[in-house]
Amino acid sequence: MSGAYRLPSGGRINRQKPISFTFDGKKYQGFEGDTLASALIANGVLLAGRSFKYHRPRGILSAGADEPNALVGVGRDQAHYTPNVRMTMQELYDGLVAESQNRWPSLMFDVGAINDMLSPFFPAGFYYKTFMWPRKAWDAFYEPKIRSMAGLGKAPTEADADRYSQRYAHCDVLVIGGGPAGLAAALAAAESGARVMLADDQPEFGGSLLAETEATIDGKSAIDWVAEMVAALKARANVTLLSRTQAFGYYPHNSIGLSERLTDHLANPPAHLPRERFWTVHAGEVVIAAGSLERPMVFPENDRPGVMLADSARIYVNRYGVKPGKRAVVFTAHDGAYRAALDLKKAGIEIAAIADLRHHPEGPLVEAAKAAGIDVLPGTSVTGTAGRLRVKSATLARIGADGSAMDERQVECDLVLMSGGITPSVHLFSQSKGKLRFDEHLKAYVPGRPAERERSAGACRGLYALSAVIADGFAQGEGAAKSAGFGGVTARTFAVAGTLESDPGSFLGAAPHGRDASRVKAFVDFQNDVTAKDIRLATREGFRSIEHVKRYTTTGMATDQGKTSNMNALGIVSEALERDIPEIGLTTFRPPYTPVSFGAFAGASRGDLFDPVRTTPIHGWAAEQGAAFEDVGIWKRAHYFPKAGEDMHAAVERECKAVRDSVGIFDASTLGKIEVVGKDAATFMNRIYTNAWTKLEPGRLRYGVMLREDGFVMDDGVVGRMADDRFHVTTTTGGAPRVLAHMEDYLQTEWADLEVWLTSTTEEWAVIAVQGPNARKVIEPLVEGIDLSPEAMPHMSVAVGKICGVPTRLFRVSFTGELGFEINVPADYGRAVWEAVFAAGKAYDITPYGTETMHVLRAEKGYIIVGQETDGTAVPDDVGLGWAVGKAKKDFVGKRSIVRDEFQKPDRKQMVGLLTDVPAEVLEEGAQIVADPKQPAPMTVLGQVTSSYMSSVLGHSIALAMVKGGRARLGETLYVPMPGRAIPVKVVEPIFFDKEGVRLNG
Amino acid sequence: MQKFSGFGLIARAFGAHKSWQAQWRDPEPKQSYDAVIVGGGGHGLGAAYYLAKEHGMRNIAVLEKGWIGGGNTGRNTTIIRSNYLFDESAALYDHAVKLWEGLSQDLNYNTMFSQRGVLMLAHNIHDIQSFKRHVHANRANGVDNEWLTPEEVKEFCPAINVGGKDMRYPILGGALQRRGGTARHDAVAWGFARAADALGVDIIQNCEVTAIRRDASGAVEAVETTRGTIKTKKVGVSAAGHTSMVLDMAGVRMPLESYPLQALVSEPVKPAFNCVVMSNTIHAYISQSDKGEMVIGAGTDAYTSYSQRGALHIATHTLDAICELVPMFRRLRMLRMWGGIVDVTPDRSPILGKTPVKGLYVNCGWGTGGFKATPGAGNLLAWTIAKDEPHPINAPFTLERFREGRLIDEAAAAAVAH
Repeated sequence: MSGAYRLPSGGRINRQKPISFTFDGKKYQGFEGDTLASALIANGVLLAGRSFKYHRPRGILSAGADEPNALVGVGRDQAHYTPNVRMTMQELYDGLVAESQNRWPSLMFDVGAINDMLSPFFPAGFYYKTFMWPRKAWDAFYEPKIRSMAGLGKAPTEADADRYSQRYAHCDVLVIGGGPAGLAAALAAAESGARVMLADDQPEFGGSLLAETEATIDGKSAIDWVAEMVAALKARANVTLLSRTQAFGYYPHNSIGLSERLTDHLANPPAHLPRERFWTVHAGEVVIAAGSLERPMVFPENDRPGVMLADSARIYVNRYGVKPGKRAVVFTAHDGAYRAALDLKKAGIEIAAIADLRHHPEGPLVEAAKAAGIDVLPGTSVTGTAGRLRVKSATLARIGADGSAMDERQVECDLVLMSGGITPSVHLFSQSKGKLRFDEHLKAYVPGRPAERERSAGACRGLYALSAVIADGFAQGEGAAKSAGFGGVTARTFAVAGTLESDPGSFLGAAPHGRDASRVKAFVDFQNDVTAKDIRLATREGFRSIEHVKRYTTTGMATDQGKTSNMNALGIVSEALERDIPEIGLTTFRPPYTPVSFGAFAGASRGDLFDPVRTTPIHGWAAEQGAAFEDVGIWKRAHYFPKAGEDMHAAVERECKAVRDSVGIFDASTLGKIEVVGKDAATFMNRIYTNAWTKLEPGRLRYGVMLREDGFVMDDGVVGRMADDRFHVTTTTGGAPRVLAHMEDYLQTEWADLEVWLTSTTEEWAVIAVQGPNARKVIEPLVEGIDLSPEAMPHMSVAVGKICGVPTRLFRVSFTGELGFEINVPADYGRAVWEAVFAAGKAYDITPYGTETMHVLRAEKGYIIVGQETDGTAVPDDVGLGWAVGKAKKDFVGKRSIVRDEFQKPDRKQMVGLLTDVPAEVLEEGAQIVADPKQPAPMTVLGQVTSSYMSSVLGHSIALAMVKGGRARLGETLYVPMPGRAIPVKVVEPIFFDKEGVRLNG
Repeated sequence: MQKFSGFGLIARAFGAHKSWQAQWRDPEPKQSYDAVIVGGGGHGLGAAYYLAKEHGMRNIAVLEKGWIGGGNTGRNTTIIRSNYLFDESAALYDHAVKLWEGLSQDLNYNTMFSQRGVLMLAHNIHDIQSFKRHVHANRANGVDNEWLTPEEVKEFCPAINVGGKDMRYPILGGALQRRGGTARHDAVAWGFARAADALGVDIIQNCEVTAIRRDASGAVEAVETTRGTIKTKKVGVSAAGHTSMVLDMAGVRMPLESYPLQALVSEPVKPAFNCVVMSNTIHAYISQSDKGEMVIGAGTDAYTSYSQRGALHIATHTLDAICELVPMFRRLRMLRMWGGIVDVTPDRSPILGKTPVKGLYVNCGWGTGGFKATPGAGNLLAWTIAKDEPHPINAPFTLERFREGRLIDEAAAAAVAH
């Protein structure tokens, strides 16, 4: 037997499969099909947690996703631990370990409950009014204390051991919610031939019908009807059924986020299963059949364990076969509670009384209750409850026309059921930006005009009677299919019998109780401990918009997102301000409908899969040589090639020396490459680059500079003219996508008349730079069809031929200041050619070098790196590239900007070189430069060090810097202020090695 | 104004808190004011407060089309820092941080400014270069900012995963501003509103400006609103994402683009993350609120829009980054996500000063970083309105700088190339 409160029969549980679990270390038993909540109720446990602020004992309030109180931590260890799990949604499995939260030392006895006694001093927003003195105490004392009191569960302390997966799907009709309306909608849409997806958050489809024991549909019991519908849907190839799947968010253009739980209900999940699957569904049409939520009654002490939503109690009895208590008082203004009372009575729970706030309740359900011998008390309110860890009694009073309470009497009970009516679940509709409409009769918001291709069906649009809900579901499903272009659905009716339907009635706001409303605690938001008096205080303090009230009191901001509280809060504000509800507004419904794991959003995106790893064809070779790599964007680039025992500095020193003395080999494949082709290619290049291209002959290279519209340097690179109508453009590694987008932008939007085509060829070419005095000697034997002599192939030329038998575009170009070649070969041949060159270079002790050495060598020559010397605030002249601007050119991107006065000023930051007095002193990159190092902060700063290295070839550190009026300061001594000292530096020309370029032209 | 204090709270508890009055009045708009602020966010309310407090202008109104603090003031991730690169920016944001440091006491409203430190993570060599430049520049400017090694990063913020082979972009260090932190965003708007109201400022909600009227000389003479015409010779516009539309009413075209920017919070948990961590490279911003929620910022959507919601994949990408930085947060759950509209200038720095129209002043273009500047922006806008000339701190942040080329481009300074 799984507990004293288990009914002898009934429910959708498997009594053959007992399940053991622990709660706060104590062992209990339940059955397969139980939730953690129903299994604890079966064992007579209703005390489930402590509230956020006052640490009041709280019980299980609901039976679904709207649960605000019964939150627990679940998981056998920290790598599988999840805080704030709703007991009502946690399916039971063997060995489940759950613990209560926000209490110390135990759930029964919680020291934090002292807050409840001090609660008169902690009204809504109290923290805005105090903790301000002394000033320093906020950070040091008050805030840490508040933080340790706040929070609910504990975050896991170990990395999550589970996996998550993601799927994208398209369908014609997505049906959200698998209750009576959703099933009928899915069937109708499926019969039309549309691709249908049906998602429901419960383990089995059926929604409210899973707790329906009286009604018949087409002559069958509700459960049998559900089974038949599900079987019919399953049999169709065009239907995807997703259970345990919450549609959590409605995003633009009918994209819906779904979260599917795959293993949280399993004792031993198979290793191949991810914990959750995150779906992004692009739906042609959406049918929202999300049902409705039951509204609590707001009355004094309505939060004691044992106070429960009436329909939830009915679900526990009918669906789970458990008794939530032995003797119940029902407090309602809604017929649904009568149905619950009747079902509970049938299950053997004594109904002490139904207190109905309505003065003249009537209808078949009321009559049925009276006929069953239940004491129905019209015009009666529950004005208070008693009991510490469980409700012991409720006080009932007749309510006069003026709201006064008369004839108070105490009724013993261990259960108080409440129902203020139903609130349609309009969350997803509202997220889709559909307009809501207030229904005075229902006292709830219902969907109005939709904004997306979407429609609501059944209870979520305010329908109540089962027959109406099913018929509406079918009609909306058919309508959705039709809108998606599918038809031919056979009309169908569903004969519902056995239910007692009536106009259900409802109530909004705080129930009258005749007590001092400014002192009693009548809870609106259970989890966040927001009471009716808090909301009234907020309105008194001038918070009149419902958004203000929400933010000031925190009502509706708990983990249930106000599912049970928002409407009552609205009712209380409306009463306090004496304004109609639609005038007060409504808080925005925000995704997700129920909380979704971060892991599900992230999916497989972790570690190496966090971002693609982009490697060059030569990467494997470099890795085999033990290269250290650096991340440049998503590229991996060889940073340096350390030999045994070498650190970076030693390796770089050796690599630099090898290039200057003999020859080095460098993988430049990451450089962006764009093929610019067409009759108007030269015109296009003239407009995109500052340089003039018309006169560049085929077979020649030119260093090109590209500006943004505002005149600042955007990118640079060497460009080869392959033919009159063809350019081989190179860009910086990181800039490649940006440059292509920039070019395409202009080509497509501004210069559509030009006949030019752009193709990204970055990954088509492997680029092998061979640099150094012996570079020519190394490659000469490998090259066919190209005359490499300085006369035939001077610096800045390009030729097409073969190397190692494969086609090449051979550039004679140098970013090192040495005689150099960049061998472009089709990427597939990259590694083979690299290895052949390397083998041929053995005779010259060819040395592979990485990006760090490349940086040192180019800095020795004063070549800039866009993004290092420039920072988006430099025009060409600032970095010594004035020569690259075609003065005679009519126009180019950025031309109009760089002629502005601001850019002609002599005190602009200009690129210079810096030398320290002490040769071994290497300045820090980013260090600031001042004239007077003794001035106090804020200092007048002249500029900053942009590049700084030890130059082993020069035997001296070198630095490039941007300095205000720098070119006029050559020879001056400036200072680099560092913590505790200032380093004197001499301003020099930004070129340190081979100023005449003799080696380059060798 | 009723003084707020712990004693007051206790004393009024015995009267069941019935004697608390409205924190600000709900007045009908007058026919004319000496100055009108358009936009009841933190910046606009701050401007009204400082106009009244520091410049003696009491006959002023704040016009808000919805409810105060309902725009970006109530939608941001509450990060406050001033470790900006350029001198102009550092001065601007540090002016704000200095005001933040005494704001609760100044307003007699607990804004919960928490100097828990803002740590910006470096994931590649370019980041290191950029952050070190920031550290050096900030030191010269007297703004605190220090470089941390990966070990120091781990020590300062134990929750984050700093590296190892399991991380695509290991953390190579970080820049820490200890004076940076967070504040309670709503409290800032309410605190300014209450204090401004006490000085006589009319805060008028549900009042949308529909036109700006100018006299024969072109100067501002009145604003038309949904609640009637209000005469005034000075109008300060502080309308964030909708600034372009308001300025358009006076014929001023603004160099602004408006984008949705999203943020999200987790369910509340006990203290598990002790500071603010930002990673521009992998796009993640995270801190834990006093309530216990992890507050997480995403990037902007790629397309301009006035819709206050963004696309799902943006949030997905953000949580990729959070899970990579803090793998033990994978089992936390997203509680709420939302969007705001940020107004972005070509150089990502704000525009705060005069406009070509006499009597019309503007404060906008704060992009994704306006909250941190709230008291500073309000303070400087007030100065500019009162004196009809900018304060030296906001003097560089003119509208004209885009024509002149005097950009203050913080974003480009952090851009990755090479």
